[in-house]
Formats: sequence, structure tokens, C-alpha cells
Amino acid sequence: MSPDATDRRLIEATQAGLPLVARPFAALAGELGLSEAEVMDRLARLKAAGVIRRIAAAPNHYRLGMIANGMTVWDVEDAALPALGPQVGALEFVSHCYERPRALPDWPYNLFAMVHGATRAEVAVKREMIAALLGPACRGSDILYSTRILKKTGLRLRRQGE
Amino acid sequence: MNALDDTDRRILNRMQDDLPICARPFAAVAAELGIEEVELIARLARMKADGLITRFGPFYDAEAMGGAFCLCAMAVPEDRFEAVAAQVNAHPEVAHNYARDHALNMWFVLATEDPAGIASVADCIEAETGLRVLRFPKLREFFIGFRVAA
Repeated sequence: MSPDATDRRLIEATQAGLPLVARPFAALAGELGLSEAEVMDRLARLKAAGVIRRIAAAPNHYRLGMIANGMTVWDVEDAALPALGPQVGALEFVSHCYERPRALPDWPYNLFAMVHGATRAEVAVKREMIAALLGPACRGSDILYSTRILKKTGLRLRRQGE
Repeated sequence: MNALDDTDRRILNRMQDDLPICARPFAAVAAELGIEEVELIARLARMKADGLITRFGPFYDAEAMGGAFCLCAMAVPEDRFEAVAAQVNAHPEVAHNYARDHALNMWFVLATEDPAGIASVADCIEAETGLRVLRFPKLREFFIGFRVAA
């Protein structure tokens, strides 16, 4: 779906977050000059369309002790991926799991799974669990630990006409 | 401020799931958790102020709005790393950028309003740096729902 101008104002107003007050949608409505009912209707519609995945808290992994994060990458037989990918994605310690194109010859990996843990040793154990799950359909793997955040910004929408 | 009690943990675990869209959503969640609405809001505000919660609100999917994302990677010579990071980060379309311990040592995500934007920004970074920008668009997502257990 393509959000209309009012939806875009709503999206912009909530990019930093939702006000932590008893009636957050009424507070937003006041800010935008809309009714509370319209704000709720629009948010429900955006959610039904998949534009909003969920309204939730983003925890700070680092502050909760999840200091190590490793991007595990796997070279999985194409034919086996549709069955195996969802199983990897369902693991509770995998935060993101995607099929991506290989970049041969340098990069043979087509499955990416982000793994979090308190230590690198813990992440390494989780990597072994993924390897066991993939079994012989996996021809190779690697893990890339992040060493530094160089930039981090949320989703930013350009204003229309910009 | 680091001490999370059981109630904080239950709140953090619950609030990573969806908040209902109703006039008093915190009252609804507080009832589920067996606490008062004001207590839930106060604890959320405190955890946000303390940095345990980075953000609370709608998670938007830019692709569902017609936008595009692409994971990109570069092999940057160590002696140019900071300069190249500055060149890459100067593009507003670079949403995040991580240094990783691999020959491909710089990994960033491009987020643009339309798919054509990805190629133009990646090409521009190649021209500016003289380095190849490998592109790894997502072909399929295998995601069920990650939660950090607090």
C-alpha cells in the first residue's frame, strides 16, 4: 500500500516513538490535529497492510548483557533452503535470517543469520547448533563479529517533495 | 539503575510483543501483567530514560511502503578505513554501518525510497572510494520473531 499524506505525518510523528502516557493515540491525535479514533483507525490499517510490523519496545541488547553479535553466513544447497531457512529463523537466538545472493567467487554464502549472546563463546555454541540443524546441505560457513558501530540511525522518511 | 526486578523483566518481555491499538493500551497490558497502568507507564519511562529500551513505538517496514533496503559490503584497506567510513556515512541513505572482522570489513544497509535508489547510491560510493560495493539484497526472509529474554 502507499501511505497517504496523513499517514506519512503519522509515521513521521511516531518515528521517534510513541508517547508514554495513558492515552498515547489521543496525545498523537492532538499533535496532528486528528481525532483519536482516526489515529487508531489509520494505525490499524497500516498494521493490516504490513507497513507497521508491531508496536513494541526495542530493547538495548548491550545493556541487557547481549554484548556479542555475530553475523553467521552459510552456503546452503539452493534446493534445501526453502525447508531449512524457516527452521533457522525460528531459533530463539536468531534475530534476523535472510536468503541473499552469493557473490562468487569471493562470497559463496546464501543464508545470513544474526546471532546474539552474552559472549563470543556463547555465540560460537549457537553457531554449532545452526550447523547441526543444516547438516550436509551446508557446504561451508563463516562468522563475522561486529567490532564497532560506525553509524546507526532509524528509518528516516524524506518529506514528500524533498 | 541497572537492577531490573522481576516486574521490569516481565514488562520488557511482554513489551517486545505487540501493543494493542485501543484507547488505553497500557491499561490493557497492565491488566495482563497484574499491575497498575500508572506503574507500567512509569517503569517503561524509567527503562527508556536508563537506556534499557532504545525506542518504544511502531516498527515500520520500509519495503511495505515501496521503499528498498540492501545490505552492502566492502573490503576497505585498513589505512583508509576511517576515511572510507566517513565517505560512506555521509550518505543519508546509509541507515547503519558496522565494522566486522573479515576481509569484507565494512557492512552497511542502504535504505531508499525506491529500488532504483539502491543502485545509484551504491554506484556513487564506488565512484567516490574506488572500491567495489558488494550488494546483498534480501531474496527471502526467514523470520519468526526474536525476543531478548530480560
